[in-house]
Amino acid sequence: MKAPSRRTNRQGLINILASLLSILGGLLFGFLLLILFNPGNAMYGLNKILTTGIANLDKLGKVMYQSAPILLTGLSVAFAFKTGLFNIGATGQYTLGAFFALVGVIQWRLPWWAALILAMVGGALLGSIPGICKALFNVNEVITSIMFNWISLFAVNLCINNMPLMLANAWGATNKERTVSLIGAPFMEYNPNAIIPRAGLDKLMNSQYMNIAVFIAIGIALVIWVVMNRTTFGYELKACGYNRHASDYAGINAKRSIILSMTIAGALAGIGGGLYFLSGTAQYTLVKALLATGFNGIPVALLAGSNPIGTIFSALFISYIQVGGDALQPEYAKEIIDIIIAAIIYLSAFALLLRGWIGKLFIRKQKENSNRELADLPDTSALPQDAASEQEEAAQ
Amino acid sequence: MNILADILSGTILFAIPLLLVALGGMFSERSGVVNIALEGIMLVGALTSCLFLSLMEKAGLHGMHPQLLAFLAILIAAVTGMLFSMLLAFAAIKLKADQTIGGTALNMLAPAVAIVVTWAIQGQGQTTILIPGWVRITQESLGMATSQDFFSRLIFKSLYLTTPIAILILVASVIILYKTKTGLRLRACGEHPQAADSVGINVYHMRYLGVAISGFLGGIGGLAYSLAAGSGYQSTVAGYGFLALAVMIFGNWKPLNILGASLFFALFKIVGSYAGSIPFLPKFTNVKSSEYIYLMLPYIVTMILLILTSKRSRAPKAEGIPYDKGGR
Repeated sequence: MKAPSRRTNRQGLINILASLLSILGGLLFGFLLLILFNPGNAMYGLNKILTTGIANLDKLGKVMYQSAPILLTGLSVAFAFKTGLFNIGATGQYTLGAFFALVGVIQWRLPWWAALILAMVGGALLGSIPGICKALFNVNEVITSIMFNWISLFAVNLCINNMPLMLANAWGATNKERTVSLIGAPFMEYNPNAIIPRAGLDKLMNSQYMNIAVFIAIGIALVIWVVMNRTTFGYELKACGYNRHASDYAGINAKRSIILSMTIAGALAGIGGGLYFLSGTAQYTLVKALLATGFNGIPVALLAGSNPIGTIFSALFISYIQVGGDALQPEYAKEIIDIIIAAIIYLSAFALLLRGWIGKLFIRKQKENSNRELADLPDTSALPQDAASEQEEAAQ
Repeated sequence: MNILADILSGTILFAIPLLLVALGGMFSERSGVVNIALEGIMLVGALTSCLFLSLMEKAGLHGMHPQLLAFLAILIAAVTGMLFSMLLAFAAIKLKADQTIGGTALNMLAPAVAIVVTWAIQGQGQTTILIPGWVRITQESLGMATSQDFFSRLIFKSLYLTTPIAILILVASVIILYKTKTGLRLRACGEHPQAADSVGINVYHMRYLGVAISGFLGGIGGLAYSLAAGSGYQSTVAGYGFLALAVMIFGNWKPLNILGASLFFALFKIVGSYAGSIPFLPKFTNVKSSEYIYLMLPYIVTMILLILTSKRSRAPKAEGIPYDKGGR
């Protein structure tokens, strides 16, 4: 049983190397853009992107604060990917989750953890729709998700406008385009348990953004990893993603699996919305454009190779360069970061190719080693087989 | 009667971008490549062509032949869209990358590029590219007497060069897809690429062609959307690329059905914005911000129709699967 574990280790290493190469490529491309648009400030700009996130504890706090929601939307996309579905609806599920959480704390005066559960329910409800449409009516989940992104955005705006308590202007503020600030004085009196506890982290990091949200998110990522890799349930969902018909034949209810996968993916994105808007430092603004946080889950998931543990690191990374990008202004438009992220995904779309290359390098090295110490390696005959199964895995 | 003319004219105006982009998606998918990047393609096509129009306005070159410039703008949009779509084609065909991921990357790239370029050219904070008024075709510009009867209102309320060109493209699409050798080969590559390859068709070339056509049409669709939206180019096409995908599926990957689907969808969009002045529609007076109800309407209707028609929906069999010569 030693050989397969060594192989999965190597596969993991190859995946990480492929992601790092994509990041490097994306950053290089970004640097070229900086030179193109404003040559004099290019080095300064690159420096800002790469070091702002650790410039001080306050910025690091912001990196962690912004990573929590994209960790969950990333987890949502990654979970769906692993089960053979593309959840482009994370942004809608995130929006509905945020709305449910806010209704919980504002309309019903619930504590934050109960509101977070509501957020999960909201996301799950919306996520189940594409799942049901796919399983029962064979409608592509991408199209359904996109339609429901818009439907949920408009529905949430409509509902918030018709719930007088929700908007900031009901609480003495002048703004009627956004929801009430959960850390404003009148609201703190009304529901002091509405915001996610800060557990002294805000003082420790000297950052008003810091709370335990990022640790909740990391905990959820670990749970998802266990579910995916150590339970029969997770195995069934994955099997269904690899081949729906084969798993049907093997006695797995494929329709049920598809619906459950999308529901869980939706629930994850919904929690993301709850975590962000229950922080107290964020207010939901009524706009007619989809929220970017849901879409940023896609690069997080891709960069992590859809590995739940990997999403922790990729969410922190994406959040890190976004904080760096905010510091680019006014010398550059901060959208340069979006271009870099897009370039990284585009490159990671070549992951198959990259992994193939790196895999070949590895095999060549191992062959050299094995030639040198033939006597020490009893399982050299397994190598070509390894390479073949590796390519199969990559092709999935 | 005037309101009916306005509604019909608005329907056509918004159906044109959907029609063009959905036809583009059809060519790509019929060749076997899922083109989810249509949204991004629309954005870059609209970006370069609107920039071109606004630069011409600033240079004061529009006096003699405004429609010639509009035609050039359409060509620029088409070529930009085509070049941009080659990024998807390269990843999806040559490198056999996941088509959905590649397309998503392009969709994220396009709005960021659009904002950065708009800033770089127009100066910081200038996020809107104004589209000059002379692009519109009016009765005056054609040398006709202005009149306000039903038909002139229907045709000239919002007529742009993109409309007649889109109609020509629709006719050409039907002919190319069903009456030419290339069209037959293209469809074969989307249904059974191995079989197509075995009779000597170059599957890779056909797929490049399919994606290129989708980029060409997607770019023009982007310009058509910006013209229809009316408030200039603001680095967004409001999800129309994705809507076009739904229209394409609803239209069952067939040109004439797509025409019907895009008209139908545009009608629902327009009815929403005219809801206040149509007597028999509910007004929701006791609901605040009821405009959101009508904004949701087209999406909900599309969803219901997709579910109802899913039984006879037939996607090209090989779409989304990278073709590997060795995998026969």
